[in-house]
Amino acid sequence: MRSRIARPMGRRTFNALAGSTVLAGAGARGALAQAKPVKGGTITVAQLVEASILSSAFDTATQVQVISSKMIEGLISYEHDFKPIPRLATAWTVSPDGLRISFTLRQGVQWHDGKPFTSKDVAFSVLEVWKKLHGRGRLTYANVTAVETPDPHTAILVLSKPSPYIMNALAAMESGVLPAHIYEGTDIRANPANLAPVGTGPFKFKSWARGQNVVLERNPNYWDPGKPYLDQIIFQLIPDAGARGAAIEAGRADLSYQSSVPLSDAKRLDALPNVEVTDKGYAYQSTQMMMEFNFDNRYLKDLKVRQAIAHAIDPAFPTSVVWFDYGLPATGPIHQNLVKFYTADVPKYEPNVATANKMLDQAGYKRGADGVRFRLNIDPLAFGDTYLRTAEYIKQQLGDIGIALAIRNQDFAAYVRRVYTDYDFDLTVVGVTQSADPTIGIQRFYLSTNYVKGAPFSNAGHYNNPEVDRLLIAGQSEMDPAKRKAIFADFQRVAMGDLPVLPLTSINQITVTNARLKDHTLTADGVFDSLASAWLSPK
Amino acid sequence: LPAAASFILRRLVQMVFTTVVVIAVNFVLLHAAPGDMVDVLAMESQVSDPAELARMRREYGLDQSLPVQLLAYYSHVLRLDLGYSARLRAPVTTLILERLPATLLLMASAVIVSFVVGALLGAAAARRHNSATDMAICLSAMLLYSTPSFLAGLLMILVFAVWLRWLPVTGFSTPGLDLDLVPYLLDVATHLAMPAVTLGLIFLAVYTRLMRATMLEILGLDYIRTARAKGIGARRVLFRHAVRNAMPPMVVMCGLQVSSLFGGTVVVETIYGWPGMGLLAYNAVFQRDFTLLLGLLLVSSIIVMVVGLVVDLLLMRLDPRVLPG
Repeated sequence: MRSRIARPMGRRTFNALAGSTVLAGAGARGALAQAKPVKGGTITVAQLVEASILSSAFDTATQVQVISSKMIEGLISYEHDFKPIPRLATAWTVSPDGLRISFTLRQGVQWHDGKPFTSKDVAFSVLEVWKKLHGRGRLTYANVTAVETPDPHTAILVLSKPSPYIMNALAAMESGVLPAHIYEGTDIRANPANLAPVGTGPFKFKSWARGQNVVLERNPNYWDPGKPYLDQIIFQLIPDAGARGAAIEAGRADLSYQSSVPLSDAKRLDALPNVEVTDKGYAYQSTQMMMEFNFDNRYLKDLKVRQAIAHAIDPAFPTSVVWFDYGLPATGPIHQNLVKFYTADVPKYEPNVATANKMLDQAGYKRGADGVRFRLNIDPLAFGDTYLRTAEYIKQQLGDIGIALAIRNQDFAAYVRRVYTDYDFDLTVVGVTQSADPTIGIQRFYLSTNYVKGAPFSNAGHYNNPEVDRLLIAGQSEMDPAKRKAIFADFQRVAMGDLPVLPLTSINQITVTNARLKDHTLTADGVFDSLASAWLSPK
Repeated sequence: LPAAASFILRRLVQMVFTTVVVIAVNFVLLHAAPGDMVDVLAMESQVSDPAELARMRREYGLDQSLPVQLLAYYSHVLRLDLGYSARLRAPVTTLILERLPATLLLMASAVIVSFVVGALLGAAAARRHNSATDMAICLSAMLLYSTPSFLAGLLMILVFAVWLRWLPVTGFSTPGLDLDLVPYLLDVATHLAMPAVTLGLIFLAVYTRLMRATMLEILGLDYIRTARAKGIGARRVLFRHAVRNAMPPMVVMCGLQVSSLFGGTVVVETIYGWPGMGLLAYNAVFQRDFTLLLGLLLVSSIIVMVVGLVVDLLLMRLDPRVLPG
């Protein structure tokens, strides 16, 4: 299954999945993809940054999540369209009032140390780990007041308010279930099991050579008989992007995730017979590039200025030139991959410099002798060079409408401090993870109550619209999926009329693999699922 | 010998004083950078609860004032405790000791490669002064000198790891193999080859030019003419008489090289994923892990000072005219 990169822009959502499978099925590789899985083999995953611990139950840094999810499982996983599928829970029901979520837990599951997995572990993980220690979990599970455990295989979350987003937060990478018998009564953050996890997953911890690699080995007692197929997974630290690409090309590494090879190399790598590239498997951590406006700036608080800026910028340009078409031009504040919430029915801004100039003229922003109406700073997020390149494009476009931009470059700790603590910015270009649910990943940029000093990726622009607040709060507790979708559709329309931020690119991250590695991306969290089904076809 | 002993003693006292200053300067410089470790951790884990952020700052001692943090650091260093990296959840001393051997191995290999090859090339160029060989050597030295190591590193990966597939791309050894000692050492050697050469390349050029210039000067001296007049063979004159006397400036350069090699290891270890102090430092900068970074800078500056002392002592031995003072 290969993604077609040269596909025309505009229709690269999951609708394309079926089509590309059919195409691939016609080729030689398609035949392999349908072959029966083979047992054995070791794969090497290219790691960007050294993980600080190996359990992501309360530390959701990417480099931790990707390792942790092979050992520590979640209650459920999600198909590409977010339909939940069983993991540690085999069935679930939400009461009509939304105040009780019951999980039937899988029987016969063992922790890696041989102890049985029970509802007690779930209760402990929800109340003591996710709700108290997890960065996003504190919000996701805030309404959970108790977890009832009537028997070892039933866990019931009791809520003070309906919280439909919980059902979208239960994947291993977001909410990993920890063993109560190892963590109970200890300082959870300092527990030695964080460095050598005991989980229920298909792979067990084997070794960790700091600065080099983490090795996981097959769990022979995994609850899914016959799985996993791989004997070992080695997470090898390869800090340089070029070297990661070279390692894949030379067959020294088998998997790189989250677009961590140079994007400029991706098409060339995809054309190699021994390498495959896919943009599937990132819906669960959908990421969007957007421009934030600081509403405390005297020009940017004027809607006419924001709309003129929107007319001056064509999101298709950075999508194709900076992101090499690994993504779609954003149409609104929700990523196209979030199919349960996205709507295309929003106000649009035709890219047109003349329109933008006319709007600014009418609004009374006169050009000075040097052709400049006013000057602003733009701070691109320091993470790779994509945000800087986009800022350069924006600088050029806004120059055409008489707004002179100065690009300020800094490393990311300095960026976070400047924007989210010091509020010393006018415009930013930033990539944000939207997660699987707008309440978890998106509302934080728009709620007026989330103008919180020092909180990274909050409403730093000081946007305040009671209508948006009302919609987002209604969306938090609406249990009817259709009504909830309608509420978020209204939110998207208001946001695109009001432009608290300018969405630019809905990024499709890519996984680059050895072509022999099969079935690594079967769910919405892709290679951040357990890799229990992944297998290496013989040479 | 008493002169040498008092020389060493004086140098040690100087080193202690330098260390105190180095710590203070590093401390101030590092804290002048905007943003702290909690900003980075919060971003990575998408934590946005101010109470949680304040708790993290308290836990890592970041809520204290700078002078208080500095004094606390001095008192820890006096007790040979370099602190705790909250980021990597391990004592800094442990982290550095884990990484030190890999960095020393890389640096030593780079010094040997650049010193030996540079000396040979320089001697060869001097011997065939103004010949085509001389020109070729000087040109390639110039080319190597002006190639940035990140570029040289990636080019070598492209050629030797991707095209020819002779060498592994990155890392210290092949992961997941349980090898006996000899195969293991060979495995490490294949991983070491490209990083060592990349790190040595720039200085290779410096040694070549330095050796050539020194040799040209020496080859024109009277004692060389005397040696030749005595009927000693050309090769013997070159190696026994000339090269030996060309060594002192080369050794001085070697001492200087070690200090700048530390800078080079950051780039080279990052490209090749070499698990040394440079890679540790590179990540520590971006993650604002100041405790770790201070420890790394401290250990590096001590190593540089010790190497400086050793080079001076070696020089005294090579050339008795160099007096302690």
